Amino acid sequence: MPLGLSWPGDNQLKLTPNLSATFHAYVHIPFCAVRCGYCDFNTYTSKELRGVSQAEFHIPLIQEVNLSKKLLAQWEIPARKLTTIFFGGGTPSMFEASQISQILDSLSEYFGFTDGIEITLEANPEGLDHLKLEELKAAGVNRISLGVQSFDQKVLDVLDRIHSKDKVIAAVKQARELGLRVSVDLIYGAPGETLESWKRTLEQAIELGVEHVSAYSLIIEEGTAIARKIARGELAEVDEDLNADKYLLTEELLGKAGLKNYEVSNWGNPSLHNQAYWQSQDWWGYGPGAHGHISGARFWNQKHPATYTAALEKGSPAAGFEYLDERTQLEERLLLMLRTSQGVPRSLFRELGVPTELVANAIASGLLELAANDQIKATLSGRLLVDGLVLDFLSKSQA
Amino acid sequence: MSPRALKALVPSQTAPSQIRNFCIIAHIDHGKSTLADRMLQLTGIVSDRDMRAQYLDRMDIERERGITIKSQAVRLPWEFEGVTYAMNMIDTPGHVDFNYEVSRSLAACEGAVLLVDAAQGIEAQTLANLYLAMENDLQIIPVLNKIDLPAAQPEKYAEELASLIGGNPEDCLRVSGKTGVGVAELLDKIVGTVPAPVGDANAPARAMIFDSVYDSYRGVVTYVRMIDGTLHPREQIQMMSTKAVHELLEIGVIAPEPESTQGLSVGEVGYLITGVKDVRQSKVGDTVTTKLKPATEALKGYSEPKPMVFSGIYPIDGSDYPNLREALDKLRLSDASLVYEPETSAALGFGFRCGFLGLLHLEIITERLEREFNLSLIATSPSVVYKVTVDDGSQHIVTNPSEYPEGKIREVQEPMVKATILSPKDYVGTIMELCQTKRGNMIDMQYLGEDRVQLRYKLPLAEIVFDFFDQLKSKTQGYASLDYEEDGYAEGDLVKVDLLLQGEKVDAFSSIVHKDKAYAHGTRIAAKLRELIPRQQFEVPIQAAVGARIIARETIRAIRKDVLAKCYGGDISRKRKLLEKQKEGKKRMKMVGRVEVPQEAFISALSTEEPKTDKKK
Repeated sequence: MPLGLSWPGDNQLKLTPNLSATFHAYVHIPFCAVRCGYCDFNTYTSKELRGVSQAEFHIPLIQEVNLSKKLLAQWEIPARKLTTIFFGGGTPSMFEASQISQILDSLSEYFGFTDGIEITLEANPEGLDHLKLEELKAAGVNRISLGVQSFDQKVLDVLDRIHSKDKVIAAVKQARELGLRVSVDLIYGAPGETLESWKRTLEQAIELGVEHVSAYSLIIEEGTAIARKIARGELAEVDEDLNADKYLLTEELLGKAGLKNYEVSNWGNPSLHNQAYWQSQDWWGYGPGAHGHISGARFWNQKHPATYTAALEKGSPAAGFEYLDERTQLEERLLLMLRTSQGVPRSLFRELGVPTELVANAIASGLLELAANDQIKATLSGRLLVDGLVLDFLSKSQA
Repeated sequence: MSPRALKALVPSQTAPSQIRNFCIIAHIDHGKSTLADRMLQLTGIVSDRDMRAQYLDRMDIERERGITIKSQAVRLPWEFEGVTYAMNMIDTPGHVDFNYEVSRSLAACEGAVLLVDAAQGIEAQTLANLYLAMENDLQIIPVLNKIDLPAAQPEKYAEELASLIGGNPEDCLRVSGKTGVGVAELLDKIVGTVPAPVGDANAPARAMIFDSVYDSYRGVVTYVRMIDGTLHPREQIQMMSTKAVHELLEIGVIAPEPESTQGLSVGEVGYLITGVKDVRQSKVGDTVTTKLKPATEALKGYSEPKPMVFSGIYPIDGSDYPNLREALDKLRLSDASLVYEPETSAALGFGFRCGFLGLLHLEIITERLEREFNLSLIATSPSVVYKVTVDDGSQHIVTNPSEYPEGKIREVQEPMVKATILSPKDYVGTIMELCQTKRGNMIDMQYLGEDRVQLRYKLPLAEIVFDFFDQLKSKTQGYASLDYEEDGYAEGDLVKVDLLLQGEKVDAFSSIVHKDKAYAHGTRIAAKLRELIPRQQFEVPIQAAVGARIIARETIRAIRKDVLAKCYGGDISRKRKLLEKQKEGKKRMKMVGRVEVPQEAFISALSTEEPKTDKKK
């Protein structure tokens, strides 16, 4: 959990409503069949649940929807319809479709949906069959984000993933036949994965004909099983130079397949929900450990499902919050938007006090470029170094 | 505890026969400050309620490191066989860097308590101080401390002490500064054996300065020992080395807080305040007399402090340069041995070349600058003073490798030291090997008792200023101890090794080394820099060169990927916290040309620790 202030007992935040912001919901489903060796997300297998019932867990989530409606009114944030909803996890496909349906019904009842609302659900291939997909569609889900990770069995073994290639192909086919938008998540850079192996994974992902691909380089998080295996020398260390090559290959192959990059790790028909994060729109994060952002305040829930439920009973599941001052909001905008194909307005550098010669140098060395409408964006090589660039700009800015 | 002497003697009216001046000689960690604490309590001048550990050590750094940098004198009342005495305990610095200060403190005493850890035995530095005490004709009282420790071997070390200073092992007192056992007996013994001071009460006043410290409220506080005559408040006093005259605003004794008195007379120890703001106005070893009735002859033993080790000190942020100057000016007020002058480095910008008494002194000063003045600094690798004669016969004094003359060199002279190493006999081979690699020549080797050996070596100072002591400690599991004294100059076959980043010479990384070691040195330093400098957005070649000849090269490859994959809802604040942390890290980086070099690279690059080989670049 990030440091911040502890959540006020009276649930009162002082906010200046951002009237132009759209409104979004993230729903965290903190359950997994097994914990994958690389994963440090906030998720729990049945053994770790301390008495929380997965089959009943939609009930506290709906209770939080109810609470959010009340609090937004209390903070004098004008009511808006939801533009996107994202079920993340964990493994949301472990929920029964009826549970998803009940949550969506409550969101619809309390907030309403805009026309063309995007409702995404993360799923693992092994949890999806035709019937489940039909039920999810009937519940309102219109976009599936499928955790494929790799088509190389050796890589899947290293990542502790249990599905087979055939299962993926079938799930994608069925989802597309039902008219669902489909995205696949891929992971590159697992210990032992060669450039060749990654190339085959990309090619097979392209063959699926999906409209969207997210490709993430594997991050070895402290405390995970994979980190321990690397420390013991059982697995090779991640080679970031090789990952750079894999990234360039990803850009090349997905680009050829007509999937255009729109953020460091995302290609294809953009996810409106993810864009909302980068544009600092308003969103509520429902469920254990979920983060929300409303008009310059960020807040987050208790992490464990059991503590979350207990806190919710007492009034609010929130654990802490922070107000983002103007400077921080500007810094976050640079941090987030420079990752996107849209880039940032040229004026943002001036507002942040970034020395002009730094920006000029980055343009001269081909990391940034001038784009239409007075925007500045990262080039392909700049995208690979964007964290270092932002750090450089912000640590040398004259605020 | 209640004081044994119910009424302390009045300063300025105390007969010399009722005064005892003594100091405690001990190695770091042998428990001197703790013993002093017990004496303060036992004599009743600090109540149990006010007691705190290491009462007399004033600076934070002193307390943290357990070393006494500034000596101080405390007047303790004590009764022995019905007579009340004024005991002046003069605290001495315990480190080799401060030998001169030690010798002046010793000169203020008639007796010395030789305090030795009963679990460890005597150490080389203690031996050096013991030697100084003997040279000053002090009465030595051998004492074994920490007898409460399970590992204490008082019999064994009493034997060792007796063989060093003569006398019987039974004469060696056994105390515990921690529990207080034996401390009263020690005070009795001091009264009984340390001679009373002798001086001429009617002669012109002569007082020896054995310490001076800067107090931000009072200005300079000068500690003196009266030899002849008397000093009174409001008198005009004169420093015999500079002839400077000051008015004596306050005179007094420390008990253990300053108490002003009607004066100081023969044999007494106390402090003077004149309102002077700069400690260089009252130099350790100088003689204080009065303007009205000046003494004709100064006391012996005064000398100017002489820096042995030089290092360039630079602010990481160039705009801190004026603050660094101000900080040094302030530190100099309290440390007369600190010398510095402005210096410019092509790589590091504006800074100061500073001279130090030794490595510990360097460390203490840089730490104080960073801590007390909130500066982020780079201290370049320590260097010694070379005398370089070029082909046309002109001589250059080189305190900084970047001043090393170009062109043909006729001769280079480097400073030498005589080092004394004490160690258990098992490590003799290892130590000899180490000294050999550091270009040492053995002077002699001598057994002290059954299993302890004293080795004496002549070594180039440059070889020991860097990490000789650390290596000695690690190669002997911490058992060996070291002391050294300067020993003139000798010719050395030396060359300058330069370091180039992206083809540009970085003067801060230049060093002067023995010709036979130049290649190994260049290779090692290039490899270390490759390890220490993070990958940049462009390739950075590193080269080591002697003159125009490249002797080693390494490359830091450009970083190719520096971006986190995921950045969604909950990742954003995590990412921002990481960014804040990284921003702090950036402040510890110095731009050398376009290359970001971490602060620690400037010192660690030149240490002899082997570079790690497993790290991928």
